[in-house]
Amino acid sequence: MNENKHVLSVLVENKSGVLSRVIGLISRRGFNIDSLSVGPTEDPSRSRITIIVDADTEAYEQIVKQLNKLVCVYKLQDLTNDAYIERELVLFKVNAPAERRSEVIEVANLFRASIVDVGASSLTIEATGSQSKLEGLEELLGAYGIKEITRTGKIAISRNSKEA
Amino acid sequence: MAKGEAKRQGKITGAQAVIASLEAEGVEVVFGYPGGQAIQMYDALYDSKQLRHVLARHEQGAVHEADGYARATGRVGVALVTSGPGATNTVTGIATAYMDSVPIVVVTGQVPRSVIGTDSFQESDIVGITMPVVKHSFLVKSAADIARTFKEAFHIASTGRPGPVLIDVPSDIAAQTVSFSYPETANIPSYRPTYKGNARQVKAAAKLVSQAAKPVLYVGGGVIASGASDLVCRLAREYRIPVVTTLMAKGAVPASEPLNYGPIGMHGSKYGNRALNRSDVIIAVGARFSDRVTGNPEKFAPHAAVIHIDIDPAEIGKVRAAQVPIVGDASTVLASLLDELDAKGVKPDTQAWIAQLDEWREEFPILEKGADAYPGLIVPEVALAALSGMLDPHGSIVVTEVGQNQMWAAQFIDREEPRTFLTSGGLGTMGYGLPAAIGAAIALPDKQVVLVAGDGSLQMNSQEMATAAVYGANVKVVVLDNRALGMVHQWQRLFYEGRYSATELADNPDFVKLAEAYSWQAERVDAPEQVEAAFTRMLAAEGPYLIDMRIDRDQSVFPMVPTGASLAEAIGAVGV
Ligand SMILES: Cc1ncc(C[n+]2csc(CCOP(=O)(O)OP(=O)(O)O)c2C)c(N)n1
Repeated sequence: MNENKHVLSVLVENKSGVLSRVIGLISRRGFNIDSLSVGPTEDPSRSRITIIVDADTEAYEQIVKQLNKLVCVYKLQDLTNDAYIERELVLFKVNAPAERRSEVIEVANLFRASIVDVGASSLTIEATGSQSKLEGLEELLGAYGIKEITRTGKIAISRNSKEA
Repeated sequence: MAKGEAKRQGKITGAQAVIASLEAEGVEVVFGYPGGQAIQMYDALYDSKQLRHVLARHEQGAVHEADGYARATGRVGVALVTSGPGATNTVTGIATAYMDSVPIVVVTGQVPRSVIGTDSFQESDIVGITMPVVKHSFLVKSAADIARTFKEAFHIASTGRPGPVLIDVPSDIAAQTVSFSYPETANIPSYRPTYKGNARQVKAAAKLVSQAAKPVLYVGGGVIASGASDLVCRLAREYRIPVVTTLMAKGAVPASEPLNYGPIGMHGSKYGNRALNRSDVIIAVGARFSDRVTGNPEKFAPHAAVIHIDIDPAEIGKVRAAQVPIVGDASTVLASLLDELDAKGVKPDTQAWIAQLDEWREEFPILEKGADAYPGLIVPEVALAALSGMLDPHGSIVVTEVGQNQMWAAQFIDREEPRTFLTSGGLGTMGYGLPAAIGAAIALPDKQVVLVAGDGSLQMNSQEMATAAVYGANVKVVVLDNRALGMVHQWQRLFYEGRYSATELADNPDFVKLAEAYSWQAERVDAPEQVEAAFTRMLAAEGPYLIDMRIDRDQSVFPMVPTGASLAEAIGAVGV
């Protein structure tokens, strides 16, 4: 894993403008976001933003401190060095003419991915999992010709063992 | 709903709730400028017996006035403006307050919620536009939220590291009716500044201080914000630790204090910069190692261990790694550091260090030239040193514009108390000075408020001369009139072979006539022997007064540490 990669889980107020405050701060101070996802939490007044950034130690410390200063940020958890689970959902639209369709389906099955839409000459596959699994799937599907990819961005959560 | 109707129901309008909130915060003066989307708030203001409104002549002026009011008093300054262009005109004022951590609350009118996002007339996304330069901001979504929003805004602006807060009030919300009650306290779970320093770190700091041979207290604007001047002085005097001050901290330690080795940074004294650069322990209090102070940070104070005390955790380690980081309020932390040191009973032996600094102070005086350096010409350094001697040390406030005038004022006007030197340090905003001086004069009418200005900067907000005249703000303006954008001109002289691109102001207005047009008193001074008498007349006059002081265009501010150089590489008028 890239040692400059940091996985941040940011608990924020669920209010309009909060996402732009968080993202604006990160980009304004010159840091790059690799991946970002946002959604409500168990408490409807709060959202969780998962941010993956690429930054050296000093720059990273600044991001964390600056984010903590935002009045809309409740809590910031750095999952990078803890045990955590990271997932992303990807949709692939793949060329699959009738004669090769079963081959593509077989590849999808191998990766426990599911077929969510079928067209005359293409299939849409939904896959979720770790980065390496998704990269493996993408490589194999590439042989058939990928027409489109869309992804949710990564989300992460600490492992239960941490609570013990 | 009409006001009368609302009142019959025991309710008030959103606009009235805004004014009632300001009253509940104890606000006395609002600086502002009306317009369509603020008209209801202005209508409510018309009935207020507590709030005095000061009509600026430009919204930028209103915000700088609120800022000057806040810096001079330590209280939250308030500005009220309309939507669209009124709101966008506040941006420079807000950014100025943000960079210098000044507590202000800016209330903007906004178009009704039903048309937000439709490019309606005089709509601007002011919350979005100002996001990078506010401590926090609010778009009010219901009149029922007004009281809580104002409570939180004032709390956020004035606590922790202070800063500007913006409240955007759509006009349909100003029209809603609401039953009003103002909360006693603000409860913001996601906002809890740290005031008390970590005890272990305070112990570590005490140990480092007591063992230091060449310690320096590096004092920043945070000391003034925290009201920690007396504690800094106690630490310096009782433990014999020399002090240097940033531009923002001028006045935090009296100029008359022998342990004060004065201003540091790009145009600081050579002895002050050298003290910092050669120290073995730096006790940084409410200072942020700004590039204007450190020069090249790689070469800054190479032998010093750093104790960094700041209420903003993000400042610690941002530029310079701290051996002892202490997050907390300057006053609280210094009090516990003093307790720790007192308990220890060991004082650092700094006698040789202080003797050395005194030698440097003799060797490199900040006033390098005498009155006779330029026969027949007014030497700005000499003139300001004379002014310094004529000001009431405990009854005056000095404000500056930006450029050479600012640096000369910082170098040559002595200050004895905090909150008596107001200047745009972080943003360096030309046009800040005149409105800030007006804000200070309106807050503290019994003080002598003197603005040192440049002829370029003065023209950035000269319309505020009207504000000063109308409200009888007792401001005295000394224009160091070099018919140039002097500071940039100086850089061109030093670093661009005298290619004076766009820095010569040949066609200035007649500032005396301009001031007189606004019903000010004014005079021109162009010979050195006239200077002191003019200052005497100015200080004795009632009401606003301007001196157009003609100085030579080719005067430079020295010493000067060129951008990116180390503090040891200062250049001066005399070779060192
Ligand atoms: C709003 C703004 N625009 C431009 C600058 C860049 N700048 C810094 S100093 C300066 C010259 C200031 O000239 P003047 O007010 O006449 O003061 P002097 O340096 O001559 O004392 C300029 C243009 C600035 N600081 N602020």
